[in-house]
Amino acid sequence: MSKMKVGMEEKLWIKAGLTDSEYELLTSHMGREPNTVELALYAQMWSEHCGYTHTRPLFKHFLTTGPRIVQGPGENAGIVDIDDDEVITFKLESHNHPSAIAPFQGAATGVGGIIRDILAMGAYPIASLNSLHFGHPGNEGNTRWLISEVIHGIGEYGNCVGVPTVGGEVRFSNAYKGNPLVNAMCVGFMKKSQIKKAIATGVGNSLMIVGNLTGRDGMGGASFASKDLEEENDADRGAIQVGDPFMEKLLIEACLEVFEEDYVVGVQDMGAAGILSSSVETASKAGNGVEIDVALVPKREAKMRPEEVMISESQERMLLIVKKGMEDKVNKIFHKWDLHAVVIGHVTDDGMYRVLEDGKKVGEVPVWSLMDAPTYLLEAEEPAHLKHTLSFRNEDVAVPEDLHAVLIKMLGAPDICSKEWVYRQYDFRVQMNTVVKPGSDAAILRIKGRDKGVGITMDSNGRYCYLNPRRGAQSIVAESARNQVVSGAEPIAITDGLNFGNPEKPEVYYQLEQSILGISEACRALDTPVIGGNASLYNQTPEFGAIYPTPIIGMTGLVKSLKHVTTMEFKQAGDFIVLIGETKAELGASEYLDWIHGLVMGDVPELDLKLERKSQDYILAVIRKGLVQSAHDLGDGGLAVALAESCIAGDLGADISLDLDIRSDALLFGESQTRFMLSATGKSVDSLIQMAAEKGIEAAVIGRVTKNKQIVINNLGSNLININLAECATAFNTGFDKLMKSDR
Amino acid sequence: MNWGVLLFPGSNCAEDCFHAIDQVLQKPVKYLWHKDTDLGDVDAIIIPGGFSYGDHLRPGAIAHFSPAMTAVKEFAANGGLVIGICNGFQILTESKMLPGSLMQNRGLKFLCQDQTLKVDNADTPFTSEYKSGDTVVFPIAHNEGNYYAAPETIAEMEANGQILFRYSNPAGLVNDETNPNGSINSIAGIVNRKGNVMGMMPHPERSSDITLGLSDGKGVFVSMLKHLESHQSRN
Repeated sequence: MSKMKVGMEEKLWIKAGLTDSEYELLTSHMGREPNTVELALYAQMWSEHCGYTHTRPLFKHFLTTGPRIVQGPGENAGIVDIDDDEVITFKLESHNHPSAIAPFQGAATGVGGIIRDILAMGAYPIASLNSLHFGHPGNEGNTRWLISEVIHGIGEYGNCVGVPTVGGEVRFSNAYKGNPLVNAMCVGFMKKSQIKKAIATGVGNSLMIVGNLTGRDGMGGASFASKDLEEENDADRGAIQVGDPFMEKLLIEACLEVFEEDYVVGVQDMGAAGILSSSVETASKAGNGVEIDVALVPKREAKMRPEEVMISESQERMLLIVKKGMEDKVNKIFHKWDLHAVVIGHVTDDGMYRVLEDGKKVGEVPVWSLMDAPTYLLEAEEPAHLKHTLSFRNEDVAVPEDLHAVLIKMLGAPDICSKEWVYRQYDFRVQMNTVVKPGSDAAILRIKGRDKGVGITMDSNGRYCYLNPRRGAQSIVAESARNQVVSGAEPIAITDGLNFGNPEKPEVYYQLEQSILGISEACRALDTPVIGGNASLYNQTPEFGAIYPTPIIGMTGLVKSLKHVTTMEFKQAGDFIVLIGETKAELGASEYLDWIHGLVMGDVPELDLKLERKSQDYILAVIRKGLVQSAHDLGDGGLAVALAESCIAGDLGADISLDLDIRSDALLFGESQTRFMLSATGKSVDSLIQMAAEKGIEAAVIGRVTKNKQIVINNLGSNLININLAECATAFNTGFDKLMKSDR
Repeated sequence: MNWGVLLFPGSNCAEDCFHAIDQVLQKPVKYLWHKDTDLGDVDAIIIPGGFSYGDHLRPGAIAHFSPAMTAVKEFAANGGLVIGICNGFQILTESKMLPGSLMQNRGLKFLCQDQTLKVDNADTPFTSEYKSGDTVVFPIAHNEGNYYAAPETIAEMEANGQILFRYSNPAGLVNDETNPNGSINSIAGIVNRKGNVMGMMPHPERSSDITLGLSDGKGVFVSMLKHLESHQSRN
């Protein structure tokens, strides 16, 4: 093996993505210098993507346990209890860099990868969501193409694999121009008894690879994701995987059939760093060793080097740890689905990670050392832009004269307008569980055979976190929970997608740290533990710099009875419209400032997490009491936009009279937090107000739902808005189409 | 009264069809496997939607060569009721059990939405629960739902009452604007000349369980059930 040794003078570890000190550390772990195979193992396992080298020390802030938490971080996905011995498992994952370079395949394989995480828990995948961030699609650049391809990729994969895509978000800012974000989330359902773990127990048990053949696609994807996205990275095109949703569909069916029998002790999907990371993680968890012979791995390319086989990210593969003697039975089930299940190695008792080629040892390192990626506490520095952005005062912008025109423009804003253009390309009804479809505050899925359901949301606001990372992150968690409660769901837990720039830059690290603190604080206040997540760092390009700090929150909630399911649209003329929460003169960080005035300025609106919790409990209580006809949270675009959305969705008008002494643009479009819009019949409205008073929550009847299709808003006796519903609906419904149409 | 849901690799609506019969209709139903040559004791067969064989080559093109489809053809030749939904419709046209073919949507994109249909002929084993002219809402979810057949074939089908459903608006208006995918004559569902093999792109099963807010599609399965029951009682 001496010939294969890596000479210090060549510094091959630098090329592999390791630092000098990391190299020193690994040689001390090994007691010698590594060969090329061994070096590749460390380079992948110690990358940020696999080893969370920069984010792991920050995760200690998170609340990860609670009465409904069955499995917190550390498995393929977290698990929460939804009563009746039933659980759901969910996780999100980023596929940003692949999607920037090959948007169709990048997005498609992102969907496929997260579905396998859910499958690896033993669950049937019941829903997908995605959070997408792009630059503004002007006529220059490739943004429209990126949008089309990403959405096409998600649709093609999700539709074929038969998992409904039920929600998510699409947001725009030029902060994502060079580096779009594609985060996919999947939710699975199972009985508690069906839970599987990623563990390689039982010395002598077999490691079986199932699903696709292994090729050179996705080579080094984990380390590719752990550096800045640069033009030269086009050479990393080989690091992008190719998806086959048909194979994934068969894999799901075959795996779940195998799981029904008592053949399998552990399961792990092959994601980043493929065979390597899946087998290391399962061995480490059991305190065992493993031995893998690369020659046994079914391949689609000839002459693959051992390290290539180990780190390939070919899609639609899973690792099963199978009880000794059960291999043929497993293979028989896979064969039924025209798939193979092949033994590639076995569990050992020596704690070593051993790679063979045709029976000959080509690499051997301690399992624990591969899992022991060094972590870094980096230097944090408050971003310089905050001094400038926090200096904003409302007086810096004039109140527009034509508020009518502003409302129309806001309804067509890329972040606000209807995303039907997107979700009509997704099959959101397959599996027949979708009670509330995309376009609502939360997607609601029923659990078959029960009178209960789950609420699923995915939310973010990069602008908020850019202007105040800590409170911005708190606000996103709070908003996610608002979206749950207005839909009739009790928030249970979150998964977080941490999308940031290069953490080695102190300003980015500051954003990362503050955002994590913000998420952590809000999750504690709202009792929604963090049960897993994903970090995607190095989202920056030389041309456009770092993205906005963009933590994405995926949340699930429990709908205890389907009778509680509530939607945003007004239901009937004559109903009373009730505003919950306090409207303050807050313009900072708003969609309005950005879209109408072109200003990303000011501070994120105030947020009192205690009040938030109290208000959300109230909303859920009145919904469960059946007092509410419709419920909607006030988010992007504030009161006027929320009102218009409820009117458009219900095809009804509204007549509103307010009594607030604040400037009219802040009143209409400001984004004061912890506000909700409810509608109620004349019979219920008094109880609604009374219950709010008892809880010390601000609530006011502000108007009625009308059958004349006009939206009227008066304040202090003077009219601010008097606009035809059809005009609003057209602006809202055609906004995305316009965005995607070339002027050329 | 036994129902069979034919399962191909990639059939992702098989469980939904199973649910519609098992839970909504509460009738006996079993899966039929694509490799089987003997379908056993079934009175009606559902060919569900999805992406059989990954839509490789062309939707439905490979499924048509499966052993089970030979048995389905025999079943239909003996008068058995067969309904193909979405990919199932594509399989039936590829197998020449129904005329015409399904091309890519004219918008060139996958399209998922709740779609109003107008019942064109209520006098068939698949539509007797409706009245001609009724409007119903079934979800659609397809990329290749643009139905086409030669003009003389269409003329013949129209004359024979073989058009069962057309895409319409809620008022029952059928025109180009209410046509989501470009299908000729806004055709959403058809039946063969003999009246026992039906294919449609919209999903009646997704519109059968009222928990999900839509239930118009249940009528298709109830119509089939009533036909089978009356047929059986006559025997």
